Amino acid sequence: MMFVPGNNPGMMADAHIYGPDSIMLDLEDSVTMAEKDAARLLVYNALKSIDYGSTEMVVRINPLNTPYGKKDVEAVVKAGVDVIRMPKTETADEVRELEAEILKVETEIGRVGETRIMAAIESALGIVNAYAIATASPRMMGIALGAEDYSANLKTNRTPGGAELLLAREQIVVAARAAGICCFDTVYSNLDDMVTFRKEVELIKTLGFDGKSIINPRQIEVVNSVFTPTEKEITKARAVVAAIREAQAKGSGVIAVNGKMVDRPVVLRAERTIALAIAAGVIDKEEAI
Amino acid sequence: MRNSKVVTLEEAIKRSGLRDGQTISFHHHFRGGDKVVNMVVDKLAQMGFKNLKLAASSLSDVHAPLIDHIKNGVITGISTSGLRGALADAISHGLLKEPVVFRSHGGRGSAIAKGQQRIDVAFLGACSADELGNATGHGSKSICGSLGYALPDARYASHVVVITDDLVAYPNMPQSISAADVESVVVVDSVGDSSKIAAGAIRDSKNPRDILLAKQAAKVIINSGYFQDGFSIQTGTGGASLAAVKYIREEMISRGIKASFALGGITAHMVKLHEEGLIGKLIDVQSFDKVAAESIAADPLHQEVSAVEYASGEHLGSATHALDIVILSALEVDTSFNVNVLVGSDGIIRGAIGGHQDTAADSALSIIVCPLLRGRIPCVVPKVTTLITPGKSVDVVVTEYGIAVNPLRPEIAEKLKAAGLKVVDIKELAAKATSIIGTPDALPFGDQVVGIVMNRDGSVLDKIYNIK
Repeated sequence: MMFVPGNNPGMMADAHIYGPDSIMLDLEDSVTMAEKDAARLLVYNALKSIDYGSTEMVVRINPLNTPYGKKDVEAVVKAGVDVIRMPKTETADEVRELEAEILKVETEIGRVGETRIMAAIESALGIVNAYAIATASPRMMGIALGAEDYSANLKTNRTPGGAELLLAREQIVVAARAAGICCFDTVYSNLDDMVTFRKEVELIKTLGFDGKSIINPRQIEVVNSVFTPTEKEITKARAVVAAIREAQAKGSGVIAVNGKMVDRPVVLRAERTIALAIAAGVIDKEEAI
Repeated sequence: MRNSKVVTLEEAIKRSGLRDGQTISFHHHFRGGDKVVNMVVDKLAQMGFKNLKLAASSLSDVHAPLIDHIKNGVITGISTSGLRGALADAISHGLLKEPVVFRSHGGRGSAIAKGQQRIDVAFLGACSADELGNATGHGSKSICGSLGYALPDARYASHVVVITDDLVAYPNMPQSISAADVESVVVVDSVGDSSKIAAGAIRDSKNPRDILLAKQAAKVIINSGYFQDGFSIQTGTGGASLAAVKYIREEMISRGIKASFALGGITAHMVKLHEEGLIGKLIDVQSFDKVAAESIAADPLHQEVSAVEYASGEHLGSATHALDIVILSALEVDTSFNVNVLVGSDGIIRGAIGGHQDTAADSALSIIVCPLLRGRIPCVVPKVTTLITPGKSVDVVVTEYGIAVNPLRPEIAEKLKAAGLKVVDIKELAAKATSIIGTPDALPFGDQVVGIVMNRDGSVLDKIYNIK
């Protein structure tokens, strides 16, 4: 998910050419108070007039308790945004409040139920409530970590190894998995240090995240290369999935690949590997198995 | 020493027999640091010359003082590869009555060799020279490396004056300009600003758009069918061109492919590949940076060539005829694959033909790398503002929105599609640009011809009109 400031028409116009999976147009922290209205208008028109192809479009709105939040919801829902990202989410009630706002606008335009919600968790309270937030609405598609505010709230600092974020990251993955939705890690802002960035992406992949937030197209390649399954992984996954299909066809419950028994978690992992490989464009959907 | 040719600038001019109405010439190897053109024309003005024709290999921002010499009638005609800055702006607005004649580097070389571009006196700056006129692009005060664009002038001009700020003991060899061609040597305090003559190596671009374009260009090359052991390549100095070299290098290493030569303006990037053993020889008409300028002096496999040897269309021995792949840039490309590298979308001259026409025409595969949009300016358009390189010599156009292949080269389109690249119709790209930013207003051109664009064979390709 690539962050793009909502007050920069040049960046908004061509953000999709770099091939991010989703683009988050930001109306919150990257836009100053004086530019909030102008940015909202720009984002509205970008969503309406730019052909972003199959890229998922997300808008980060201002909190609903600011003078801008509700206006943001109205504009982006009317523009047909895929996902609204709510910043600084701390409770399930906040999600439900946003849901009500979305429904109001959707009803007005006759497009009920299309807009999904992603909640950014950026405080200790939010982390404690992560599961409640993740299950607050059927519109919830994911939760994400906002590390800057979170570490400030913890009264600590960001470090290259990210020890201060460990609990939050694990909590978010666990809550998302328990709720059956996606989870996204925070941004890494030093563009000149691709080595540490890669380590961080490897770490969050290991922790179980579905993706990483990025702030520059140059980071896309690293994220994709970490998340794209290797040829070896794909071959193994294909063998597992093929074996289970064969077993199902025969009515057999137990399967073996290369002489080793394969149980359900292995099958699930194999299916996820293939889904990732398709998403990364390494293999075609038709020839997946 | 005996037979020394060293004289003052004024004496050299007197000795040359230069008369009003004749043609003087200069090279542009000192780039933005050049002091020679302004120094010589100031002196000619002071000596009372009028109606001189100035034939430069290129002119840039630093030559803005020529505006006054055009106004006072000292200079009444210009031929060049390019024009930039205040001088270009003034000429675009109709300053010079006689149209500027624009030629490619190879076209200029041929025109000089054939006598179509007559040169009465060539004033050739050199980083060092001896008293007899053996001159090079290497001196104690500055280095520019190759003097390739000055060599046709040295050979064919009726009279040659070498101007240097580093007079060295005879013999200044190996030399670029031979004493046999030189009539006078002038020693001055400074031929140019050394920091602008040869800058450090150009840094790798971090612009994500450049990187995207570079990766696409590299993929085009790798899958074009021309990426084979022994291939040859030329690239420009733009961010995308240089970044493309990086990706091509990685692929060369992984496939064990080596290039026979790299041609043209040579950069530190090419020198690096050569030193790694990935490129056999460097054929250098212009050393773009300090690393390249130092390499050409030290490495016998890094060879200087003249503009004629580099890119003349009519001399079949010229290097472009052996060139496989060239990566070029563009201000505009149109739906017939015609390219403009000279006149901006505001109608003002702001570029140079350089080797564009020559390398596009002679190479086996010419690739234009250009963004679809530069801010609010469309770069793929229905018709170029000014025709510089005819579409028939352009094979592939790489943009961030897709790759267009000239219908004259269907086999390349097939190869690229087979490799999974996004090949689109160039008309779709133009339509995409229009859909994003609309159709720009027509430019307010007047009816005075301010520039004539020559094709490399000496025919006229297009005219540039004054902008109001």
